[in-house]
Amino acid sequence: MIATESLSKRFPRVTALDRLSVDIGPGVTGLVGANGAGKSTLIKILLGLSPATEGRAEVLGLDVATKGADIRERVGYMPEHDCLPPDVSATEFVVHMARMSGLPPTAARERTADTLRHVGLYEERYRPIGGYSTGMKQRVKLAQALVHDPQLVFLDEPTNGLDPVGRDEMLGLIRRIHTDFGISVLVTSHLLGELERTCDHVVVVDGGKLLRSSSTTDFTQTTTTLAIEVTDTDEHPDGTRAVREALDARGVAVQDGSGLPGAGHVLLLTATGEETYDLVRDVIAGLGLGLVRMEQRRHHISEVFTNSDAERKEAVGHGS
Amino acid sequence: MAAEQPTATVPGDQTRIHNIGYRNYDGPRLGRAYARRSLYSQSLRGAYGLGRSAKSKVLPMLLFVVMCLPAAIIVAVAVATKANDLPLDYTRYAIVMQAVISLYIAAQAPQSVSRDLRFKTVPLYFSRPIETADYVRAKYASLASALFILTAAPLLVLYVGALLAKLDFADQTKGFAQGLVSVALLSLLFAGLGLVIASVTPRRGFGIAAVIAVLTISYGAVSTLQAIADVQAGSGSVAWIGLFSPITLIDGVSSAFLGATSAFPGGVGPGNGEGAVYVLVTLGLIAGAYGLLMRRYKKVGL
Repeated sequence: MIATESLSKRFPRVTALDRLSVDIGPGVTGLVGANGAGKSTLIKILLGLSPATEGRAEVLGLDVATKGADIRERVGYMPEHDCLPPDVSATEFVVHMARMSGLPPTAARERTADTLRHVGLYEERYRPIGGYSTGMKQRVKLAQALVHDPQLVFLDEPTNGLDPVGRDEMLGLIRRIHTDFGISVLVTSHLLGELERTCDHVVVVDGGKLLRSSSTTDFTQTTTTLAIEVTDTDEHPDGTRAVREALDARGVAVQDGSGLPGAGHVLLLTATGEETYDLVRDVIAGLGLGLVRMEQRRHHISEVFTNSDAERKEAVGHGS
Repeated sequence: MAAEQPTATVPGDQTRIHNIGYRNYDGPRLGRAYARRSLYSQSLRGAYGLGRSAKSKVLPMLLFVVMCLPAAIIVAVAVATKANDLPLDYTRYAIVMQAVISLYIAAQAPQSVSRDLRFKTVPLYFSRPIETADYVRAKYASLASALFILTAAPLLVLYVGALLAKLDFADQTKGFAQGLVSVALLSLLFAGLGLVIASVTPRRGFGIAAVIAVLTISYGAVSTLQAIADVQAGSGSVAWIGLFSPITLIDGVSSAFLGATSAFPGGVGPGNGEGAVYVLVTLGLIAGAYGLLMRRYKKVGL
């Protein structure tokens, strides 16, 4: 779908992309990086709107330097920032954008009705956009990127500004763009955790350099951290400590969840697979404690760096 | 966990409703030229508030009526009094009605481009097949067309009225044609100036104020200077001063080449030599406005 070869983009003062070579196949791909890591610059280059300083890139087999217009006809783009005029309805706006993508008037209207329904906008689509909630606006932005049935869609921070429920819905929708609509997705975020659940493949960039590119299963195997919290009982007045000791005895490394809400009662442990969940359940049941919560922690991008450092050390340790 | 249960069912429900099957689109994709035409017609309709809220129809429609009303009155008078000629030249009409034209361009130029800048819709256009030049041309052409409709409609009223009053056909047709050429130039010039000013600011209010200021201050200054020059020096410098405001520029071109009687003090417009300079300056301004718009939108990009 997308292939870049030592792609660089330098501005007078900053290097936005530094010899980035990455190969992205069909499916949902997450592009993760802190703010200013070069994600938006990469999307601009891939849309053929900004020439690369050096290197080359292809989207759908078309060279971005020469076939920009052809690429833009088959690709959708949802920007990070607000881009909707408040005084028109979602229907009018998306119809107009469909025509801008080259759809004939009748097809533009049909596709708009379909697409708005698919992203979850119903009666409200006839009302002016100015009165929409953030979640609804994000859906309109998504609809205008999908209305011309592209083969690939670039979503720049689609979960920005959404509440947790809205976030989950948006992530579910992104998943469906691929599974139900058959459209490949490149989605950017600065939160690795939310992309892990949605994407088949994750590319991590930092300072314009490729930090890591691997399928999501690799990520989850190495980075899933569980947070657990248990009740205290008469038998075990400090339930947290009891669980910790029991897990230690079975060879599972447990850390304090210091710095988290409910510190002192939360334990963190690294899950190596399904069996860890079973083990935790069995241990807690064995002690007769109540399990208040057990959840996957959402990772922040910085953890990828510390993890990859740790792995490197580990690899060195194994080697010697 | 328990608290999350009810919300967890919501996405499931929606999936069920959404999931009525996605249909792929394999119909025609009409490409750049079609997209440019679509943007043109959308902007042209927008310039009269069509396809927009009822509120945004009020001003352009009102100005259109105000623009045509005097023409209707002139025609009515001409028919009633059985005059030999219309009391007002075709080429003079737009000059007399310049305040209405200025108001219209001040309101509609920012409407056309400032909104896209302010709400950051521009990147959505440029992430589609059209390019900077397509956007600029479509916007320029649509606003110039809207102005042409505004300025040519009253001329049409005059012409039809003149024919109904059985005035000389050849004479009237020639005057009408000259009038159309002059308002076409005026439309291109005013649309260009209005768009350049409006495209600098994402704030509509500033755009409106700036366009009105440029048009009225330049006209006020030029006509004052002309009046002074007329008294002090003679008609020579009067003609040259007229180069510095858009409306006197059009006046000069029409009186030099399109048989108009000039509104300049003393009633003497530029001669043929000076007239050529007027035409060059007018065309230069139109080209310059286009160039500036292109430069502006190269930067806005994504």
